[in-house]
Amino acid sequence: MRSWMHAIFLRSRTESEMDRELRFHIEAFADDLVRDGVIREEALRRARIAFGGIERAKEECRDARGISFMESLLRDLRFGLRMLRNSPGFTGVAVLTLALGVGANTAIFQLLDAVGLRSLPVPRPSELAQIEIRGGNRGYGISRLSDSLTYPLWEQLRVHQEGFSGVFAWSGDEIPLGEGARAKSARGLFVTGEAFGALGLSPVRGRLFTREDDRPGCGFPGAVISYAFWQSEFGGLDSAIGGKLLVDGHPLEVLGVTPPGFFGLDVGSSFDVAVPFCSVPAINNSPVLTRRDLFWLTVMGRLKPGWSIARASAQLDAISPGVFEATVPDGYSTKSRDSYRAFRLAAYPAGTGVSELREKYRASLWLLLGITGMVLLIACANLANLMLVRAGKREQEVAVRLALGASRRRLILQLLAEGLMLAIGGGVAGIFVANAFCRGIVWLLSTQRNLLELNLALDWRVLTFTAAIAMVTCTIFGLVPALRFSRSEPSDALKSGSRGMIAGRERFSFQSALVVLQIAVSLVLLAGAVLFVRSFRNLVTLDPGFREKNILIAFINLKPMHLAKPEQYQPFADELLEQIRSVPQVEAAATSTHIPLDGSSWTLGVHIKDLDTWSKFTWVSPEYFQTMEVPLLAGRYFDDRDTQTSPRVAIVNEAFVGNYLGGTNPIGTTMRTVAEPNYPSDVYEIVGVVKDTKYASLRDDIPPESFGLVSQLPAGPPWTTVFVRSSSAPAAVIAALGEKIIQVNPHVRVEFRVFEKDIRNRLIREQTMATLSGVFGGLAALLTAIGLYGVISYIVTMRRNEIGIRIALGASQGNVVRIILRQTLALVAFGVILGLALALPVTQSASSLLFGLRPSDPVTLALASLFLTAVALIASFVPARRATKVDPMVALRYE
Amino acid sequence: MDKQMELLQDTLDMLILKAVSLGPLHGYGVLLRIQQISKDRLEIQQGSLYPALYRLEHQGWITSEWGESENKRKAKYYRLTAAGKRRLQTEAEKWNRMADVIAGILGTTPEEI
Repeated sequence: MRSWMHAIFLRSRTESEMDRELRFHIEAFADDLVRDGVIREEALRRARIAFGGIERAKEECRDARGISFMESLLRDLRFGLRMLRNSPGFTGVAVLTLALGVGANTAIFQLLDAVGLRSLPVPRPSELAQIEIRGGNRGYGISRLSDSLTYPLWEQLRVHQEGFSGVFAWSGDEIPLGEGARAKSARGLFVTGEAFGALGLSPVRGRLFTREDDRPGCGFPGAVISYAFWQSEFGGLDSAIGGKLLVDGHPLEVLGVTPPGFFGLDVGSSFDVAVPFCSVPAINNSPVLTRRDLFWLTVMGRLKPGWSIARASAQLDAISPGVFEATVPDGYSTKSRDSYRAFRLAAYPAGTGVSELREKYRASLWLLLGITGMVLLIACANLANLMLVRAGKREQEVAVRLALGASRRRLILQLLAEGLMLAIGGGVAGIFVANAFCRGIVWLLSTQRNLLELNLALDWRVLTFTAAIAMVTCTIFGLVPALRFSRSEPSDALKSGSRGMIAGRERFSFQSALVVLQIAVSLVLLAGAVLFVRSFRNLVTLDPGFREKNILIAFINLKPMHLAKPEQYQPFADELLEQIRSVPQVEAAATSTHIPLDGSSWTLGVHIKDLDTWSKFTWVSPEYFQTMEVPLLAGRYFDDRDTQTSPRVAIVNEAFVGNYLGGTNPIGTTMRTVAEPNYPSDVYEIVGVVKDTKYASLRDDIPPESFGLVSQLPAGPPWTTVFVRSSSAPAAVIAALGEKIIQVNPHVRVEFRVFEKDIRNRLIREQTMATLSGVFGGLAALLTAIGLYGVISYIVTMRRNEIGIRIALGASQGNVVRIILRQTLALVAFGVILGLALALPVTQSASSLLFGLRPSDPVTLALASLFLTAVALIASFVPARRATKVDPMVALRYE
Repeated sequence: MDKQMELLQDTLDMLILKAVSLGPLHGYGVLLRIQQISKDRLEIQQGSLYPALYRLEHQGWITSEWGESENKRKAKYYRLTAAGKRRLQTEAEKWNRMADVIAGILGTTPEEI
């Protein structure tokens, strides 16, 4: 092995040493002759003659040195490069095909790597673990994610855990930068004082937080900013440290800057400004840190040396009863409190960070990797076909070389070397294609509100992956023709070269097999594409029960008014709603505490008739149903009779009636809600039934839902969400509404969203899957069409004499075309049957990503088969037409 | 010509090992020493000497290094390794046994059968 390395790197040195050694031999020999009295020139001549063939000796020396393989490989590569240069068309097509195939695969792998495989950019990430409630918090209280914990829980945990050298908690939210209406939002990261220390980060400038910064009631000890924010907002100047940052009107001192690679702990998002948790109550103007029902923190820790995840989990499990007992939330029913006490903590590996993105996209990405893998397979089959045709053209040359005694091994190696050159070319080009592809997909996945920030830099994993698939493809398409050579007999090849018939049939059957395989794989991809496109269509065209068109949602934040008491906000909210209604373009407007389809959910326990059950609860203003155009089925809408002091009333949906009241007339029935903090137990009378509307997501079944009046809700929050139905384009309405709101109070902050677009943005995964699978399915069909075109062209050439005879005997053009198309159809039929057999199990794996249709949907499979057959017929029609142009005289002369 | 004998490859290898075992030599020196020991009765193809040297070196029986020749030129000197020494020994034994057997066969008279 070392000798080979020498051969490659020190080749010129060993060559020159060999030269010197042989020269010395001849000169020494000549010296001896001179000493015997021969003149020098004559002596040299004699010495050379006595030595014999110097070049042959050198060649034998090279062989003897045991490096001939590597050197011959280098020679083969040079030869391959020369051959490729001689046919730029073939080389171009091959490299381009490979670049697309390899690029698509690499792009998807790069995303997978960025989302799921890359470790956090902190020292020794494998020691990090996340502390969660085993099995999740099951939506207890108000929870952000199923692995979120409350601040009081964190305080307990910090004191009682033993397995971690450092534990820390973090959370994130948008924070307003600047003041009042001019504030813009920045991505805030809330961390406990020990977080940066436990992560092992050191500041680029200034300092990071310590425990001293994070004391209860601290107010604003300062902020740490991200490297990117430092660059964009402070121009990367040192003077930033000690400078002031205005957060919601409060000046915060900038303490330091985090290292460039650190994007936070949530893969896929990033942060601008970090503040300690003790500042959050001041920013939010509410005592969030003492709330025992607010699950909003992620808790992580660094394991102590010698502690495993399992051991740390066991210790957490042991302290759980005490920790949960000490933090039981008030205001809940006994049953609910007991289920809280039964929670247990556990640790899970977190070296790659946490990511909503990962949970959401992992399945899709693996599926896409499979899809692009199949596209690459089809591309390989095309290349193998191309190589076969090329090999066919060189058959004579090869036969002559074999007959002259060239070793088969050398010939195969030479072909493989050619394949290797193509694979390297395709791989390198593929990396560039991949980067463009990857950015395109990230762009597809990003929405205005939800920018994806991923580290897409190439790392060793991506490069290894690319190299590996380039090698595999090279072997697949390079080896096929090579193996053919290894079997061929020189005598056969020489004969077939002159006749163009005999060896052709065998190759033709092999090419046919390749095409059948291509058709089968394409069918699988097309079926997948049609499934995703139809599934997306199902979601988009699904009737959610309300009309989302022309609805604007205005998020109005009253907090910046800084009123003394919470109940003082409600009159302002009512006033704002009135003002919004007075804008000419506004047809209807209403407030609601819940935005349908945004994934959030609010559940209360209810007691109705003899049933202890639950219902989703939404509080709306009276005109909500008219604004959303939700039809009333029985009873009445909310109206003037219902006031803050009148008896509590509720409108329920069909699902509620169907599930809990057995379809009987519900009007007049009462239900009692189960107490929760801020929501004391109350009796509601059902006054109306509305049509079902989709609740948290389009995919989910509609749950029982009750609507209450927002004016009867005990303490309104200092913000309100207004649904506005307008008669004209949203952009014009937004300007008019904004002005109106500023008039009411200039401190109010408002953000508008177009409801329809918001819903579409929630379908971004489905849309992306539909787009990408469509693109790849189309690419597969195109590649297959090219492959089929090649093979049918080849068949036409092969059968030229037969067709000539038929035409000579009076066959019509139609007859000839039919003969060729029949052959195509035979191939397509084989391919489609094989494809259907493959498609059924493959599409099954995608079932969780589909909506409204089964993976084995017959219409889909039929559509894909039909489309593919049509493409195949078109691809073969051109060569079939060419067959009819065969001149019988010319064709027969070949015999 | 008829008093010079041509060599088989294995035999040449063995002779080179023997020549080098007497002290480090450059390629030309190997040639001279074998001719000297054999009293010019052996013909060595000079062209096949170097491939043999390279082969033996590749197999690890001899090593080489650059040094200065008697007439102040840079030359590559070969030296026997420990493995080469063992190899020479077994080869020589094999050769002797073979020579005995063959001599025995060739010396056989009709009466002895």
